Amino acid sequence: MGLLRLEALRPRVLAPVSLCVDSGELVFVSGPSGSGKSLLLRAVADLDPHSGEVWLGEEARSAMPPARWRRRVGLLPAEAFWWTDTVGDHFPQVEAVAGASGTPPPSDLPALLSDLGFEPDVLDWSVGRLSTGERQRLALARLLAQDPEALLLDEATANLDPSNRERVEHLVADYRASRGAAVLWVSHDPEQRVRLGGRQFGIHDGRLAAIT
Amino acid sequence: MSLVLLTPLDLAFAALLVLLLAFMSWRLHLGVERRLLIAAARSTVQLLLVGLVLKALFAQTNPWLIGLMALFMLTVAGFEVLQRQKRRFCGPWGYGIGALSMFISSFSVLLLTLTVIIRVEPWYQPQYLIPLLGMLLGNTMSGAAIALDTLTRGAWDARGRIEARLLCGGTWNDAIADIRRDSLRAGLIPIVNAMATAGLVSLPGMMTGQILAGSPPMEAAKYQLLMMFLISAGTGLGSMAAVWIGSRRLFDDRERLRLDRLRPAGSTR
Repeated sequence: MGLLRLEALRPRVLAPVSLCVDSGELVFVSGPSGSGKSLLLRAVADLDPHSGEVWLGEEARSAMPPARWRRRVGLLPAEAFWWTDTVGDHFPQVEAVAGASGTPPPSDLPALLSDLGFEPDVLDWSVGRLSTGERQRLALARLLAQDPEALLLDEATANLDPSNRERVEHLVADYRASRGAAVLWVSHDPEQRVRLGGRQFGIHDGRLAAIT
Repeated sequence: MSLVLLTPLDLAFAALLVLLLAFMSWRLHLGVERRLLIAAARSTVQLLLVGLVLKALFAQTNPWLIGLMALFMLTVAGFEVLQRQKRRFCGPWGYGIGALSMFISSFSVLLLTLTVIIRVEPWYQPQYLIPLLGMLLGNTMSGAAIALDTLTRGAWDARGRIEARLLCGGTWNDAIADIRRDSLRAGLIPIVNAMATAGLVSLPGMMTGQILAGSPPMEAAKYQLLMMFLISAGTGLGSMAAVWIGSRRLFDDRERLRLDRLRPAGSTR
């Protein structure tokens, strides 16, 4: 049984996509710019109108409130946006998460931040001070702090130097193993795909096909 | 006190001043003379026509005719709100949101005023209904237009931030809350400012009119107060309705931000 199952999903520029990502599995998607990689991830997260269905385990997306779906199937967009001035405002509050019924306890936030090379005081930083790379890493922290069951990563390491790229790759690998999360990773970097392994898919002429 | 009646000659003198202004605009290459003259001509024709229509309406107190007049005023106000949107909603929503919210707010405040506060008999007596509705619609129109424009522009510019909130498990309500608050505030600021400075710098138009027409200043002040309170209630209610319906329309049933429901800036109908 696949944890994340795409069923005839049809983003704007792609032929219907059916794909199954197992629990704890990593699947790479590549393709030229503008081929629809990001649109595919946006469709899975249900950000754009499209047809098709996605399943998380036995649960259909259409049967779940959208906010809950997006919390459980976390998308890391290529560009991270912040809606208030302080970094900490963007992280789920401990009380709020514990209070919501059926939500697992929040992951250890200080450990998560230190895995990405930050001190805990980063939560008091102003968003305007952050560099592009810091934004990208903090966006991943923000996403993982919600404890998603599947991850959709859009160029998660595009703006990072080699040491930080390694940090992110390790963190995602650990999260995938410990949480059993399905990971769908869009990446431009062929070396990264080789380094991390996993099934590879490419988009050509509006079609998603396995690369062998 | 007696009412000083204006003769056409008196008005012609005032119109000369506008002509003089247009002439200066032409000499100084300001480029507004054409629009100035057209606007002046429009207001002349429109106000004279309204005067004639009201004269006829007041003479017979026919509820159907009054209803028709009210509907006409609402229709025009709806178009005015539409005109002031940089990014309006596609299809009937563009017109409908503004018109519906003005209808809800202006007509409810109007009914309340006529039946509970002024208590005229019958309640639809046009001498009260039409001017009150005009004042309410005129101000609600500005409020709703500013509020809606702020909302749609804000959503357009903040797409990334709104979607980031959605991706962090927020509902459409959380995601648009900041922009909605700013839009409401923008819609309410003109009337709040008008109330705060009323009487200090200039006498409000309605009070001026009543005093010139011979009413005792205290009576004029009381009517002006009544109008200001009604207008702020109507504007607030109208802006809230417009922003509420508008912000809901920006999202679909799967709580996706649907900027494709807005028309690109600058394109015509």
